[in-house]
Amino acid sequence: MLETALEAIRSIGHRVNDALQTLGFAARFLAMILLYSGQSFRRLRLTIREVYFSGFQSLLIILVSGLFIGMVLGMQGYETLQRYGSSEALGVLVALSLTRELGPVVSALLFASRAGSSITAEIGLMKATEQLTAMDMMAVNPIARVVAPRFWGGVVSMPLLAAMFSAVGVFGGYLVGVVLIGVDEGAFWSQMQGSVDFYLDVWNGIVKSFVFGAAVSLIAVFEGYDAVPTAEGVSSSIKRTVVYSALAILALDLVLTSFMFRGI
Amino acid sequence: MSAECLVRITGVSFAYDDRPILGGIDMEIPRGKLVAIMGNSGCGKTTLLRLIGGQLKPTGGELLVDGQSVPRMTHDELYAMRRRMGMLFQFGALFTDISVFDNVAYLMREHTDLPEEMIRDMVLMKLNAVGLRGAHRLMPAELSGGMARRVALARAIALDPMLIMYDEPFAGLDPISMGVIGQLIRKLNDALGATTLLVTHDVQEALLIADYVYFVSDGQIVAQGTPEDIRASTDPFVHQFVFGEADGPVHFHYPAVPFEEESMSGMGHA
Repeated sequence: MLETALEAIRSIGHRVNDALQTLGFAARFLAMILLYSGQSFRRLRLTIREVYFSGFQSLLIILVSGLFIGMVLGMQGYETLQRYGSSEALGVLVALSLTRELGPVVSALLFASRAGSSITAEIGLMKATEQLTAMDMMAVNPIARVVAPRFWGGVVSMPLLAAMFSAVGVFGGYLVGVVLIGVDEGAFWSQMQGSVDFYLDVWNGIVKSFVFGAAVSLIAVFEGYDAVPTAEGVSSSIKRTVVYSALAILALDLVLTSFMFRGI
Repeated sequence: MSAECLVRITGVSFAYDDRPILGGIDMEIPRGKLVAIMGNSGCGKTTLLRLIGGQLKPTGGELLVDGQSVPRMTHDELYAMRRRMGMLFQFGALFTDISVFDNVAYLMREHTDLPEEMIRDMVLMKLNAVGLRGAHRLMPAELSGGMARRVALARAIALDPMLIMYDEPFAGLDPISMGVIGQLIRKLNDALGATTLLVTHDVQEALLIADYVYFVSDGQIVAQGTPEDIRASTDPFVHQFVFGEADGPVHFHYPAVPFEEESMSGMGHA
C-alpha cells in the first residue's frame, strides 16, 4: 500500500519535473529565436517566404470560415435581437463579436490546425532526416535559418488573417441580415460605425491576434525542434502543437480579455 | 603536435549519462590521408565523428583539429572550423525542399558573396565530379539512394574542405553504387588534397580505398594498421570482422541470463 502511494508520488514528481524542464527549454528556445532574429531579418526573403506559406496559404480556410461564421452570427443575432425589437443593432452585434472575440480566437485556432501543424511536421521531419544536424555541421545556424523565419512568419500572418476573418465575417452578417432577412441597410452600417471603437475593439483584437500568433508559432516551432526524430515522435509533436495551441489561445484570450475590458 | 597530423585524439572518452560509449581512444589522422574507422553497429564510430565535428563534447581527453582544441572552441570558432569541414551523412540529409543544384549551391550562398554566375559554374563542376551534372534540376525525392549519396558528396566538397568526414557512405547501396561511391571518395580526397575520415562497417570496400584503418569495438580501439596489415592480421576480432563470421569475440547473442533459467522463471512469455 505504502509502496503504491510512494510510486504514485514519484510518478507525479517525475511528470512535474519533466514539464518544468520542457518549459525551461522552451523559454531558452524563445530567447535563442529572439537572439538570432537579427541574422534572420538580414535575409528578409526567408521570412517573407514563410508569410506566404503560413499566411497566404491559410487564406482560403480563413475566408471561408469567416464568411460562414458571419452568416451564422447574422442569423442567430437577428433571432435574438428581434425579440427585443432591436434588429437594427445586428451590425453592431456582428462587428463586436468578430473584432473582439471570434476573429482573433477562431482564426488563431484555424491557423494552429492549418499552419502550426504543418510547421511542426516540416521541422520535425527535417530533424528526423538529419537535415538540421547537416545544417549545423555546415556552420549554418538552424535557429536563424529555419526556426526564426517560421516564427516571425506566423507572428506577422496572424493579425492579418484575423483582420480578414473579421472583415469577411461582417460581410457574411450583412448578406444574411440585410440581403436575406431584410434588416435596414442604413441602420446596419451606421450603428456599427457608431458603436465600434477603434482602440477598444479593433486595436485590442489586433493585439490579441498578435499574441495568439506568437504563442501558436512558438509552440509549433518548438514542438518540431523538440520532436523525437521518428515517425511516431513527429506525429506526437503535431498532435501536441494542435492541442497546446488551442489551450494556449483560449487561456490567453481569458487573460487578455480581462485586462482589456477591465473597468467597463 | 606534428604538422602532418590534422586530427589528434588523445585519451578521449564519452558517455551518454551513465552509459559509456568511448573509453580512452587515441587516434591520429595524418593530412592528406584517407583513414577508415570500422567496427560493428553501436560501437561508437558515429559518436567519434560527432566529437570531431564539435556536436558532442568528450567527457575526458584531448581532441585537436588543425592544432585547435575542439571542446574548448567558442560557438563562432566552432562554426569557423566547420566551414573548413565537409560531412556526408548516412542517408545524405539533402534538403528535400530544394533542387539538387540548390543543395550543392547552399553552402556557397550561405558562406560566400560569390556572384550567381560563378556559383552556377562551381556547382556544375562539383556535380560533374560526381557524375550528376545532368541531374541538377531534379528534386531529392526523384533521386535513387546512390544518386542522393553522390549529390550529398558534391555538397560536402562544395567549399573544398580540409577535412571530409563520411558517416556510413555505403549503407543501403547496391554493389555498383558502392564501388562508385568508394572510388569517388578516394579520387576526391586526392584531387582536393583533403584529409578523409571514413566511418563504415563495410570492410571490403574500405580496405580497397583507405590508407590506414582503425577497428573500434565497445568504445576501444582493438586493432589498427594499413589495409595489408589488416588482411594479414591473425587477431580474432579483425578476423571475425573481415570475414564476417557470425560468432567470435563479437558475440552473436545479446547478453542475457541462461536460457534454462529464463524458461524456468516463465519470463520467456513476457
